[in-house]
Amino acid sequence: MTQALEPATAAPKSASAQRQGLGSRIASSPMAAISLGVLAFIVLAVILAPLLTRFDPSVSDIGQALLGPSPEHWLGTDSAGRDVFSRIVYGGRITLGGAALALIVAMAIGVTTGLFAGYFGGALDSSVDWVSNLLIALPNIMILLAVRAAWGSNVWLSMTVFGVLMAPGFHRLVRAIVSGVRNELYVDAARVSGLSLTRILGRHVLVAIRAPIIIYAALAGVVVIGVQSGLDFLGLGDVTVPSWGTMLNEALVNLYIAPGLMLWPGIALGVVNAALIIFGNSLRDALEDRPRVRRRSTSSAKQSAKKNDAVTPAAPEPAAFAGGQSPVPGFDEVPDGSVLAVRGLRVGYPSADGIKDVVNGVSLGVRRGEILGLVGESGSGKTQTAWAILGLLPSGGRVTGGTIEIAGQSLPGLSKGAMRSMLGKKVAYIPQEPMSNLDPSFKIGFQLVEPLRKQLGLSAKDAKAKALAMLDRVGIADPQRTFDSYPHQISGGMAQRVLIAGAVACDPDVLIADEPTTALDVTVQAEVLDLLRELQKEKDMAVVMVTHNFGVVADLCDRVAVMKLGQIVEQNTVEVLFANPQHPYTRMLLEAGLEDKTPRTRLLRPVDEPLQEAAL
Amino acid sequence: MISYIFRRIGSGIALVAAASFIVFALMLANSEHVARNILGDQASVEQLAAKQAELGLNDPMILQYLHWLLGAVQGDLGQSWFNAESVSYLLATRVPVTLSIAVGTVIISTVISVVVGIVAALYRGWLDKLLQVVSVAGLVFPGFWLALVLVVKVSIDWGLVPATGYTPFGESLSGWLLSLTLPVFSLAIGAVAGLSQQVRSATIAVLEMDYVRTLRSRGLSEASVLFRHVLRNAAPPTLTVMSLNFIALMSGAVMIERVFALPGLGSIAVDATGVGDIPIVVGAVVISVVIVVIVNLLIDLINGWLNPKVRLS
Repeated sequence: MTQALEPATAAPKSASAQRQGLGSRIASSPMAAISLGVLAFIVLAVILAPLLTRFDPSVSDIGQALLGPSPEHWLGTDSAGRDVFSRIVYGGRITLGGAALALIVAMAIGVTTGLFAGYFGGALDSSVDWVSNLLIALPNIMILLAVRAAWGSNVWLSMTVFGVLMAPGFHRLVRAIVSGVRNELYVDAARVSGLSLTRILGRHVLVAIRAPIIIYAALAGVVVIGVQSGLDFLGLGDVTVPSWGTMLNEALVNLYIAPGLMLWPGIALGVVNAALIIFGNSLRDALEDRPRVRRRSTSSAKQSAKKNDAVTPAAPEPAAFAGGQSPVPGFDEVPDGSVLAVRGLRVGYPSADGIKDVVNGVSLGVRRGEILGLVGESGSGKTQTAWAILGLLPSGGRVTGGTIEIAGQSLPGLSKGAMRSMLGKKVAYIPQEPMSNLDPSFKIGFQLVEPLRKQLGLSAKDAKAKALAMLDRVGIADPQRTFDSYPHQISGGMAQRVLIAGAVACDPDVLIADEPTTALDVTVQAEVLDLLRELQKEKDMAVVMVTHNFGVVADLCDRVAVMKLGQIVEQNTVEVLFANPQHPYTRMLLEAGLEDKTPRTRLLRPVDEPLQEAAL
Repeated sequence: MISYIFRRIGSGIALVAAASFIVFALMLANSEHVARNILGDQASVEQLAAKQAELGLNDPMILQYLHWLLGAVQGDLGQSWFNAESVSYLLATRVPVTLSIAVGTVIISTVISVVVGIVAALYRGWLDKLLQVVSVAGLVFPGFWLALVLVVKVSIDWGLVPATGYTPFGESLSGWLLSLTLPVFSLAIGAVAGLSQQVRSATIAVLEMDYVRTLRSRGLSEASVLFRHVLRNAAPPTLTVMSLNFIALMSGAVMIERVFALPGLGSIAVDATGVGDIPIVVGAVVISVVIVVIVNLLIDLINGWLNPKVRLS
């Protein structure tokens, strides 16, 4: 009763999932099928009440009051000697019937208004929205008390009014889905091909909203049943007809004499509510198509990482992953004197069939003052490699093999605290999307000062001075103003400069830059690359530049490693690799990326994945 | 921010006005039996007509509403039809009781939900599964049924706290707390079940944000990432659910007051409903809408303040 329903949470994430057969979805989820069966059984029992019991639920017999269960009275009798079992099955008619009425009214109103408001938007949408906000803010029991005070006890009337009060939930749910579906291509296509509005709404839109409505109705049913029995529990229902709520009212009146009276109506409510909640939740899970991946806690991930370290050979099996083409010799070379040395790195994520590796034995090394380009198409494992080096893989992901060394310190196996003290000072990170990588709730100054104080132990005053100096160093015109700004107040280019300032503030030995210019305008890209080059020279850092852009590589890098499907296939100095690419994949990437070639009508050889954004 | 505050206050006032009109219309749409109800079956037709006129029921409804509204903005909610007592006075003594229950439930359920939700979001795995099952169980039984069970077990069987009645705060602090314990807990169980799920999913959503990885890459401690950055960003969606929860709470409190015989807004509304004392019912509904609007306004303001985009506009 005290829980609120949040329509948005009932909506499945993808519209396409909803279009699969609803029946087969329910059948595929045992929990949904079982709970639906329980509900059907109870409804049937309530409808067939006269066949199940020979007792009239309203006939009292004082001589038979408060008997225990017996072959005659299966669940005993109440304080007026009425048969409890017959009152439960007959009482369900009022409780469940009233709840069903309220749900039907709520659905009829909410779905209709949601369909039209979502489809047409505009003034209609905003005025319905205002009314639904009004209805949501009303404490519903209080309104139903008012109805009861004016019109007397009539369960059907109060449940109709209650249905109106519940309609906004359906309205919001349907409206959100419909306004999403409206803009989908197949609806446009239907409109263009001249289908009438009713056909479009009926055919395409209703199919998309059907399942979310059923899920929401199941959860709203719990609220409705609670309120219906709550009204009767207050003694405001029709006392001549049994319901689960009136039975609980009798239990309250006789609390000291016969507390057991609350048992059976409570169980009836509990079973129906549990079935509704389980049905709604498991249908939602089935629709969301959740991968059956169990996320692991960090401790177990670490354990299995250790275990795998021992078992997995560091050397990869190249032929299996490189699309039939062996990596070019020297692909796994780690130069002497590398300040970052990665050998045989493997990164795995749990999947339906065990751990799936997304990085398959990557070896690379960077010396001080050197920039290594890590190139490959989307999904080749570049970013996963970068995150693994930083020890910041997303939940579920872990290093399953290989070694990482930064400034002589071996990383896998390092305690969390020790790893944290290296971050920022030994190895730092520049992310790809500047705007999503600043915390929107805190000022930029705070986000720069906080790590300076933690990692360098500076006082508040010194940290602020250093942060301002850094902002000035990365070319921000008015450091104080940026320092005092929130992320939404600055541009993307400025945000990327702020992130660069944050990354190099503690003078790291190694800098991992994950496509630092991809999200920026072309003019800003060049400026940011210049800045990175200057900073790298100035601080003599080793830089790993993750990119899919050979222009950036040619511009900035000393050496380049080409990644495909979780492996490095070729590694060399930029001059040699550009002049004489050995691996077919490298050649293909280079050809796709060079601008001065004549346009081609087709690719030279088939590619297993489309190349996006390979050109500058 | 100033214009944001004024907009919110304005829409709150519009909401109270609209709600009071709806309730008023609902109540007076069926007013023929009112005089009979008050005077009883023995009353003559003339007496009924006189009573009807005395209560102003012959006026057009819009006029009656405006008359009531004029009084209401001055703090006068009219008089009881049965004993001519001032509705404002009757309700004023009831508000602290209902507020004590509601605020107590909000505090208890928020504290528990935040702890449970964060723990579930951080550790996932079996603990998360267990907490999800437990929270579904919390939604299965209506709050008033849980209240009945608590009364029978904790008060009658074990004699730990008084089963019924209310001790005002001014009389005895410990008595006040004791009289609130069971009502608050029976309401909080359902509230925690819903809210902890919300805290959990909001925390998970923020933990997957890019900026959390970047903050970690700067070497910040896990505590400062979690308690400063993640919680701050998970707060707004959670507060929105809390404001919906509070509305449901005002409904749930009506039944809970009945179980524990607490003299709150709900119980006076139920009593007045039973006899058809319309002015009291209208007053109680409007006051509870006002409370809801004020609480939602506060939550909106906190949300606005938490969001720099709103705060600085």
